[in-house]
Amino acid sequence: MTNEELQIKFKERFPDFAESCIIDKGHIVAEIPLEHMELTLTTLKDDSEFDFKMYMDFTVVDWMERKPRFDLVYHLYSVEKNHRIRIKVGITESQSAPTMSGLWPVADWHEREMFDLYGVKFSGHPNLKRILLYDSFKGHPLRKDYPVTKRQPRIESTFPTRDSQYQEKDLKIHRGD
Amino acid sequence: MEIKEQVRFDPYVPPKLGDNIVDSIVGWGRKYSIFMYPFVTACCGMEYMSVASSHYDIDRFGAGLPRFSPRMADVLMVVGTVNHKLAPILKRIYDQMCEPKWVISFGACASVGGPYDNYAVLQGIDRIIPVDIYIPGCPPRPEAVLDGLMKLHKKIQNQKHELF
Ligand code: SF4
Repeated sequence: MTNEELQIKFKERFPDFAESCIIDKGHIVAEIPLEHMELTLTTLKDDSEFDFKMYMDFTVVDWMERKPRFDLVYHLYSVEKNHRIRIKVGITESQSAPTMSGLWPVADWHEREMFDLYGVKFSGHPNLKRILLYDSFKGHPLRKDYPVTKRQPRIESTFPTRDSQYQEKDLKIHRGD
Repeated sequence: MEIKEQVRFDPYVPPKLGDNIVDSIVGWGRKYSIFMYPFVTACCGMEYMSVASSHYDIDRFGAGLPRFSPRMADVLMVVGTVNHKLAPILKRIYDQMCEPKWVISFGACASVGGPYDNYAVLQGIDRIIPVDIYIPGCPPRPEAVLDGLMKLHKKIQNQKHELF
């Protein structure tokens, strides 16, 4: 299915989110509110018209001062029909997103990674704990407010710490708006 | 003094006058029978494989047999990025090796953290274990590794060896 056909189909199927469904640089992007996310993704996977059986990627964007602060970004692909879609879901720090690990088992580790690096919580996840960093790590390093120069070594260094090349005040965070 | 004349066996590090004869002989033996423990964690490993295989052939320098147990090895070769999560494991491997032991830090990452100055990467393994030879480069060319190995030979030849 081409992007245009898919966009029309998406708009018919989900008239509530039709406005947010755009084609951005050859890729369909749709924004969906958190409370409708589970149902929408389930439909996208199970409906034979969409047939998004493959969970390509999942990531999070931290917008720091925007409300809601984070964007969950899902990339889905249909092997049968050869089309893709990107779903964005805004979420605040205190909310928790429904886990997708029941639909796509691979989402389990993706969600653990995003919990590890961004501190986004997922309700219903079977094993939500750190996957990349060590358990004694404090904080979530890919959040924009994590200090760039902060280090959390597990062994006391026997060597004086080198001054980091970057000073925090020089760091400019790119923001879209 | 006559014996001293006879131990001119080394082409590029001849014993100097006043060297301890036992140290020279033991050093000669040890430097040509290096058993390496390759602690390979990242992309530098490719260059390690290149230097270890037939084209560059570290066996010419007596370091041809990697040992995959720290108890059998006497040179710890740290090849690649070491992050904070891995640091206790590296330290433990170093502690498990028997004396005499030497450490080669292979590549920019192992020496100073390389391109990664961030929350995850240890900024040089010399923060946690002593290092004898640093080989710079990202990754170092095999020639640079051989040069580092020859410098290690020199160090082993000229150092004091505790036998008992
Ligand atoms: S020094 Fe360069 S090649 Fe070696 S491990 Fe680091 S990044 Fe990879």
